[in-house]
Amino acid sequence: MEVDIRLPIGFMFLLLGLLLLIFGLTTQADPEIYRRSLEINVNLWSGLLMILFGGFMLFFGLRARRSKTK
Amino acid sequence: METSFALGWIDYTIMVVYFVFVLGIGYALKRYMKSSADFLTGGKSIPAWITGLAFISTNLGALEVMGMAASGAKYGMITTHFYWIGAIPAMIFLGLFMMPFYYGSKARSVPEYLKLRFDEKTRGFNAVSFAVMTIFASGISMYALAMLMETLLGWNFTFSIVVSALIVLIYTYLGGLKSAIYNEVLQFFLIVIGFLPLVFLGLINIGGWDGLTGKLAEVATSHGYATGAYTETWRPVASAADNPMGVEWFGLIMGLGFVLSFGYWCTNFLVVQRAMAAGSMSAARKTPLIGALPKMFIPFLVIVPGMIAMALTSDPDSGFSLPMKGASYDYDKVIPMMLGYYFPTGVLGLGLTALMASFMSGMAGNVTAFNTVWTYDIYQSYISPNRSDKHYLWMGQMATVFGVLVSIGAAYMAKLFNNVMDFLQLVFAFINAPLFATFLLGMFWRRTTGHGAFFGLLSGTAAAAIHHGLTQPAGATSLIKGGWLGTVVHVYPSEMAQNFWTAIFAFFTCLILTVIISLMTKQTKTKEDLTGLVYSLTPRTRDESKHWYQRPQFLAIIVGVIAVILSIIFW
Repeated sequence: MEVDIRLPIGFMFLLLGLLLLIFGLTTQADPEIYRRSLEINVNLWSGLLMILFGGFMLFFGLRARRSKTK
Repeated sequence: METSFALGWIDYTIMVVYFVFVLGIGYALKRYMKSSADFLTGGKSIPAWITGLAFISTNLGALEVMGMAASGAKYGMITTHFYWIGAIPAMIFLGLFMMPFYYGSKARSVPEYLKLRFDEKTRGFNAVSFAVMTIFASGISMYALAMLMETLLGWNFTFSIVVSALIVLIYTYLGGLKSAIYNEVLQFFLIVIGFLPLVFLGLINIGGWDGLTGKLAEVATSHGYATGAYTETWRPVASAADNPMGVEWFGLIMGLGFVLSFGYWCTNFLVVQRAMAAGSMSAARKTPLIGALPKMFIPFLVIVPGMIAMALTSDPDSGFSLPMKGASYDYDKVIPMMLGYYFPTGVLGLGLTALMASFMSGMAGNVTAFNTVWTYDIYQSYISPNRSDKHYLWMGQMATVFGVLVSIGAAYMAKLFNNVMDFLQLVFAFINAPLFATFLLGMFWRRTTGHGAFFGLLSGTAAAAIHHGLTQPAGATSLIKGGWLGTVVHVYPSEMAQNFWTAIFAFFTCLILTVIISLMTKQTKTKEDLTGLVYSLTPRTRDESKHWYQRPQFLAIIVGVIAVILSIIFW
């Protein structure tokens, strides 16, 4: 496979996840914004989930790449 | 609480990041597009988990997402029949029994298989109808996206059309089928992660599954159904009067579970193309089976939000209500309304991006299927054969541009004449209904002849049209719903029931007439011609997997068992 799709997927979710996580942290104190999501900081949690998933994809993508170059 | 769509910088940033990655994947694949096969068939090199996810992602277009959520709100849990009985058995059958012929033959497309197995006219009929259908499907996707963006965000209709068309065009033009498939995988994960918070928030809000069944039991009894009519799957279909969909178990299993489902999943080049792009026979056979695993759980992502929306609407205290469209609810707005109700800025951008991603995967899937059928089955076969491969690569790229341009036209046509679209979809339904009978006989009965296949297919299509013309769903007001032949022989309890029975009539007409005509005509194909195309003349494929648990058969058993367990849980 010339382009390993796990790498762009991993990078994109890591990037978007970080973005949402940071946004979630900075808006944590704002009660207005999370009223509609039942007082749950859904940005923070989604961000975490996406970072985990992105990291998972990157881990396997990079591992495959390393074993190929060896 | 109010439903609103005030987007902030974070939401736009998420959209832009997504667009950059989608285009980047197309760009990264550009330098590998050296032959028409690279561009149109993905070079047959893609691992099974990727083609498997693309297999279901290309079907998980926004019309599917919004349509299934709408059905979830309208009919409740019995909508899952479109998955557990209406997709899984057909996907297993495709992987185990049909893929060896598609992948093992030299065919590069489904119409080309028909040419090898039968004759030129059967291929021509399938290729032309399929090409037209994909263009319109892509146009309708684009139209729906632009309409949605216009009503939700106030975006200009033409702006949305141009942007979405341009992005899809760029990444399919640069990287061909492979780019579409890779992006479908990315889009699949984005759709799952983008909609997941919606399901969670909705369930928390409504008091979990128990809260949901409790609320929907009230809705069911208020409509005169048993309490579980909206939250059970098999109990309500004992008779058509017991469920809001108006279908009974026999029509459901035969019409949806057998004819329509197998016709779609086993013969539609849009999905079969993904499996044919796999790197090996084993990977090709595993493609629909791997796809079936997440497919079984998609109902929880798209149907459950619809059910939650219905439950919220029935509760005046919730502050949520589906918008009206004439005398009934505008069910198609379920997903966007729910996004705007629960999602704060941030995940709102993510949810909308996921929705756009699903529109794009639907469009790109149609465009990449169109350019292959156009280039190989129409252009190379009838217009300009015996040219260099470079020429066909160029033609494939041109077909991509042309396909996108014509679908833009189709999108505007849908905006101007809504009835034309309904009419076209009806015609395509007639053409597709009998198709599986042709493939079934073609693959498993070597005596089937080209004349038998072609005229059987035509009469099946005619039977579908005649059945539709002679019947009506209850309460039909326009001739597009049926009864246009003047006399109404039978009135079905619902449109869905009518669709299922139209398919059943078409299938059996095609099956019986194909057999009769085949027996009356001479088989022109020799044994050698049919090797690799027909079951009895093809050596059994031995799966090359090292371990027994990597074989398609084992995977198929797992998929089947999970589907049965799910059906029993939600019986």
